[in-house]
Amino acid sequence: MSSRFDPSLGGHKGMYTSHSLLATSALTAIAVDDDSCQFKSGKWRVASVILAGSLLLIGCERENRRFSENPPTATPTSTALVVSDLQPGPAMVIPKVDAPYDDNAWAVSEGKGLFNSMNCSGCHFQGGGGIGPPLMDEEWIYGYEPQQIFSSIADGRPNGMPAWKYTLSTQQIWELVSYVRSLSSLIPKGARNGRDDHMMRKTPEASTPNAVPKMSSTP
Amino acid sequence: MPGRGRARCASHRRRLIGVAVAAGSALLVSCKGDKEKDDARVALAARTGPATATGDTTTKYADDGQWVRPAKDFQGTRFSGLTEINNTNVQNLHVFGTFSLGTTRGVEAAPIVADNTMYLITPFPNIVYALDLTKEGMPTKWSFKPRPENASQGVACCDVVNRGLVVDAGKVIFNTLDGRTIALDAATGKELWDTQLANINLGESVTMAPLVVKGKVFVGVSGGEFGVRGWLKAVDENSGKLAWTAYHTGPDKDVLIGPDFKPFYKMDQGKDLGVSSWPADQWKIGGAGAWGWVTYDPELDLIYYGTANPGPWNPEMRPGDNKWSSTIFARHPDNGEAVWAYQLSPHDEHDYDGVNENILVDMDWKGSRRQLILRPDRNGYFYVIDRKSGEVLSAEPFGFINTTNGVDLTTGRLQYVPEKATRLGQVTRYNCPAAPGAKDWQPAAYSPRTGLVYIPHQNLCEDEEGLEANYIAGTPFVGANVKMYAGPGGHRGLFDAWDPVGQHVVWSKQEDLPVWSGALVTAGDVAFYGTMDGWFKAVDARTGHDLWKFKTGSGIISQPMTYRYGGKQYIAVLAGVGGWSGAIVAGGLDARDSSAALGFVNAMKDLPQKSTKGGMLYVFAL
Repeated sequence: MSSRFDPSLGGHKGMYTSHSLLATSALTAIAVDDDSCQFKSGKWRVASVILAGSLLLIGCERENRRFSENPPTATPTSTALVVSDLQPGPAMVIPKVDAPYDDNAWAVSEGKGLFNSMNCSGCHFQGGGGIGPPLMDEEWIYGYEPQQIFSSIADGRPNGMPAWKYTLSTQQIWELVSYVRSLSSLIPKGARNGRDDHMMRKTPEASTPNAVPKMSSTP
Repeated sequence: MPGRGRARCASHRRRLIGVAVAAGSALLVSCKGDKEKDDARVALAARTGPATATGDTTTKYADDGQWVRPAKDFQGTRFSGLTEINNTNVQNLHVFGTFSLGTTRGVEAAPIVADNTMYLITPFPNIVYALDLTKEGMPTKWSFKPRPENASQGVACCDVVNRGLVVDAGKVIFNTLDGRTIALDAATGKELWDTQLANINLGESVTMAPLVVKGKVFVGVSGGEFGVRGWLKAVDENSGKLAWTAYHTGPDKDVLIGPDFKPFYKMDQGKDLGVSSWPADQWKIGGAGAWGWVTYDPELDLIYYGTANPGPWNPEMRPGDNKWSSTIFARHPDNGEAVWAYQLSPHDEHDYDGVNENILVDMDWKGSRRQLILRPDRNGYFYVIDRKSGEVLSAEPFGFINTTNGVDLTTGRLQYVPEKATRLGQVTRYNCPAAPGAKDWQPAAYSPRTGLVYIPHQNLCEDEEGLEANYIAGTPFVGANVKMYAGPGGHRGLFDAWDPVGQHVVWSKQEDLPVWSGALVTAGDVAFYGTMDGWFKAVDARTGHDLWKFKTGSGIISQPMTYRYGGKQYIAVLAGVGGWSGAIVAGGLDARDSSAALGFVNAMKDLPQKSTKGGMLYVFAL
């Protein structure tokens, strides 16, 4: 699955509600079918269409589960770290870098754990910011692309962001990258956290509206 | 006072410069109008010092025309004897001049005036400007860029503020966010020395205004939210060399507790309490900085200051009294030796720092003349303390409190309400006052004419949940989820006149937003303060009636002051919203996260509609 997430796929509450209804009816259909085999063929055909359709729709939201894979070791190359849209002369195509965990709920959850235990939350809180800038809004000083966020964490930034590359592993940084992207809903809904086990601080990431990311100057 | 009288006094003063301090103080008395004389006892004490004091803070600048340190005098009264602007004519104030600081973060500093020059310091990057008062339009005489480390912005808990510079013995002395203390030649702006005191890789920064006493510059560290080991250092005013360091946690020898140490209460007596009142080794990262105010009593020759909150905020991670956090220290300025200490909030549960100002006043207390500390504390109690012994004479609430049940005056101990304690993984709701306390850094003023203390403060409560905090040097060490909101009544700010003898509020002005500016009071019986939506206000010091207001370009969270130049009185204040309370604007924070900026953002969601950022000086005159 591509990590390039199209924001237009998400964000319609009504659509998700109908997904769940379809999924429920499809599962009911399977249960009835298995137990009694009394459905007439026409009804069965309708049920299969509903089932196939809902599985397809659910598939849009479900993470692609992965097992026994090696942690990512690759760090973004310098050509991917451009943070300016202005290029003198003919514009070059900046290579897109896929975040290995943008579609992986477990890794995003790990990223959230790191975000709190490594004290990212001490400066950025739960995305609203404090000492550091907010991470849940549409403004990005050093870029919102996975490789740009990777670099912000690994290399640090000059106005107070520490350089974490000697403290965290590449895998941990990628987990953080996807969690940070989830704060403004830049990753698929299915991979975002749906609840918070603490005092209600904000809407969970899964319910946060998509922000259209923009490069911005220092606030 | 008529103009001729002032001129005569001024020329009289010029002839007398250089004579003994006693003569100088007599002169000051003679310069006062008749109606001031009766009430000037304390003010007189506040403006004179012993003849042994070095530097010119106690002689040449013992003059209401000047304002050489943020708190005006050593005693921290923020009272000016000037009367040209008074409660009968203050409504005629108009803007005399402005100056842009060129910065966009919170401005907490006071303008400083010495020798016909106004000195300003900006928030990070801590640029110093000298403005020439002798020329039309107050042009810049010189400016100085200390170029603090950019990365120091990452270890400043609550906006990158600076609380002011001081002028002493022909030097401008100030601190930078990255923990340097710098002295400049006041006339030329040339750097004289630059001493690194703090280490940002340990989470240390410096935001406070230094105080200079007898050739020593006192500087305290910020970083109670970064697991620093708090300290106050003394630097030699002439060489910039470190003279002594007093830590606020650890063994007595590091805290400069020796044979002279005689705390009044049993709870503060004992050996190495700075170690034994902590879990093993946790004093090494226990916070307790000193980022507020230092005051000085020339008669007892003691400095007074308060220490900050212990770290982390989560109290369950640090069983014990956590000495010497949230404590008042009285020390000898020469060697730093502690004379007494009093812990205001032992085992702090709610970030009740003890950095607030100790205003030093001699007054009648229950029939006898006492040397007192007047202190509106962050925990919500107004303390009256004998500054010789450290005995608490009174501690009455000046704000709404439900986290504690008063102070036991026989033991000195703050009485916590157990149900309001902060617990790991549990949410305690409606804790009042919230983490910034009933009053944060914003300094109060004392008028010897009215005998009242003018307290700018806030009315906030909070929900709080303890979290496990993980110490990583140079990163925040807090361990709490906080969500603040307005306290009872719905107003978030107050400007109160408090009678320290009667121990009650005399008048109170409610403000929609927290009153995060300092107070100024004058012998013209006018009190000044600013609001976070940019109003600069003058009220009658006796009645609290509104007299005048002016809307500046940004919210005011700084310290107003007054000075005289060319026989004319001026009032000056810096606008520029920010600080902890204004971080939502200064840092462009997102209010959808109610825990942002340690939970303050939740209480300030409307501020971006009420103020925009930008540092600017405003000077007013009749």
